Amino acid sequence: MILRLLAFIPFLAILVGVAFTNQVQPLIFGMPLVLAWQVLCVVLTAVVMTVIYLCDPANREEDKAGEDQGSAQ
Amino acid sequence: MNSALLIIFTTAVLALLLGLRARKGRDMNLEQWSVGGRSFGTVFVFLLMAGEIYTTFSFLGASGSAYGKGASTYYTLAYQLLAYTISYWLLPAIWRYAQRERLLSQPQFFVHKYDSPALGILVALVGVLALVPYLMLQMKGLGLIVSLASYGAISSTTAVWIGSAIVTAYVIASGVRGAAWNAVVKDVAILAVVVFLGIYLPVHYYGSLSAMFSAIDNAKPGYLTFPEKGQSVIWFQSTVLLTSIGFFMWPHTFSSVYTAKSARIFRRNAAILPIYSILLLFVFFVGFAAILRVPGLSGSDIDLALLKLSIQTFDPWFIGIIGAAGLLTALVPGAMILTTASTILANDVYRAGFRQQASDTTVKRLASFMVPVVALVAITLTLNGGTTIVSLLLMGYNFVTQLFPAILCSFAQRNPINKYGAFCGISAGAVTVAAITLSKSSVGGFFPFLPQMLQDLNAGMLALLLNIVVAAIVSLLTKRAGNGVSTNVSREGGT
Repeated sequence: MILRLLAFIPFLAILVGVAFTNQVQPLIFGMPLVLAWQVLCVVLTAVVMTVIYLCDPANREEDKAGEDQGSAQ
Repeated sequence: MNSALLIIFTTAVLALLLGLRARKGRDMNLEQWSVGGRSFGTVFVFLLMAGEIYTTFSFLGASGSAYGKGASTYYTLAYQLLAYTISYWLLPAIWRYAQRERLLSQPQFFVHKYDSPALGILVALVGVLALVPYLMLQMKGLGLIVSLASYGAISSTTAVWIGSAIVTAYVIASGVRGAAWNAVVKDVAILAVVVFLGIYLPVHYYGSLSAMFSAIDNAKPGYLTFPEKGQSVIWFQSTVLLTSIGFFMWPHTFSSVYTAKSARIFRRNAAILPIYSILLLFVFFVGFAAILRVPGLSGSDIDLALLKLSIQTFDPWFIGIIGAAGLLTALVPGAMILTTASTILANDVYRAGFRQQASDTTVKRLASFMVPVVALVAITLTLNGGTTIVSLLLMGYNFVTQLFPAILCSFAQRNPINKYGAFCGISAGAVTVAAITLSKSSVGGFFPFLPQMLQDLNAGMLALLLNIVVAAIVSLLTKRAGNGVSTNVSREGGT
């Protein structure tokens, strides 16, 4: 359940964040703020999803079963 | 024959050979042909999904829209991120069900979940209606790329015919396997080209990224941010939300989920794909770099920005490499779309609608026959139309997004909507999309009395809301008749 809550972070960052960053200045890494914010969201989403992937027990339990099932096809 | 043409031509031949060889050692039955025998590992599934993103759309469309429309192009980066976040839970669920029921296509998913062949046929029609513009998009892009990169030696029309012939040939031979093998080559090529162009062009022409963006901001104030009205912040939010839920609803993306051999593949990909989406940023840079360097492109010509700027910058051999990468970005999704559309027409329209006793062999034969038919329809429409790439894509997106509520609800413990609700909801949504698109209207056009903020909502959102409301009402009204829900639950429990 906590993992699913984590998944709301990218939604909030992208959809709500844009309303507060819709300006050109300051340029960040050479990019307008509004674009730089979206790029930051890319990194943030990647981190959040990696954390979810590593913590999710489903990946450990299903790992063996899933692969076996696949190769049996 | 100049060096650019030679490189493009060689690539086309290699793509054909690779696509034809992909069937090697396999008995190409229907399941192998349509969903690769459900045996693909992480890399193939990753590339089929990512391959969906790096199509001619990202190559020409995203740079073209950065060039011609400015800030609104940012949505293409943002929606992917949310789509991957959703995919972590959505795709394993779809995959498990498809695996258990041995599904071959998206309409079959609805037939099995809702126990309604009629719903399957509706979904098949909506899917094909959305796929045809998507295929046209690839062909249009292919024509542009090859004609410009060959310096006019090959006309756009000729390129569309040749490209379509190649993809038709290897799809008939290898189905989705042909697409998968070419996807490997394509992604390596596009990655190298896009990153190079995105770094080189801004530095070469402006000195640095910040110099480039400052120059654009001076020349065109307001271009780099979302405006107060029109493609405003609320437009961005609604479009991102809508396209992110539509992302995996494309029939060919949906059935590429079936190709995987385990559910874990999707979770791993959900963590890797966001980083991969950063490639689009480099495509934006190219489009922005073109604004002050190749001014004056308008209408559907904005899609030429990347190629025009490259041609005035590089030697022909490098244009050949860009052209070759561009060619592959059209062939891979083209192959996926052709495989899926043909499978749907043969399996879900013909077999489900007219001849339920037809064998897999018959359906496979008919599907192979449908490949050139679908290709010809798309070619004809492409050569006679002039809409820009992004607007074509958005229309298809709005169509497939209508399938999302019924899919999501079907995973609930007790599905709140039944087959009647799903049928009426999807129909209402699709008709609304068609009405809005054909009348070239917007939410504001239909409801001029709404506040500006709501007028800028993506029109597909209106269709989706209507879809949900209709589905809920119809399900409630038909519930008393005592069907739909109970059938669905018993099916879930089965096997």
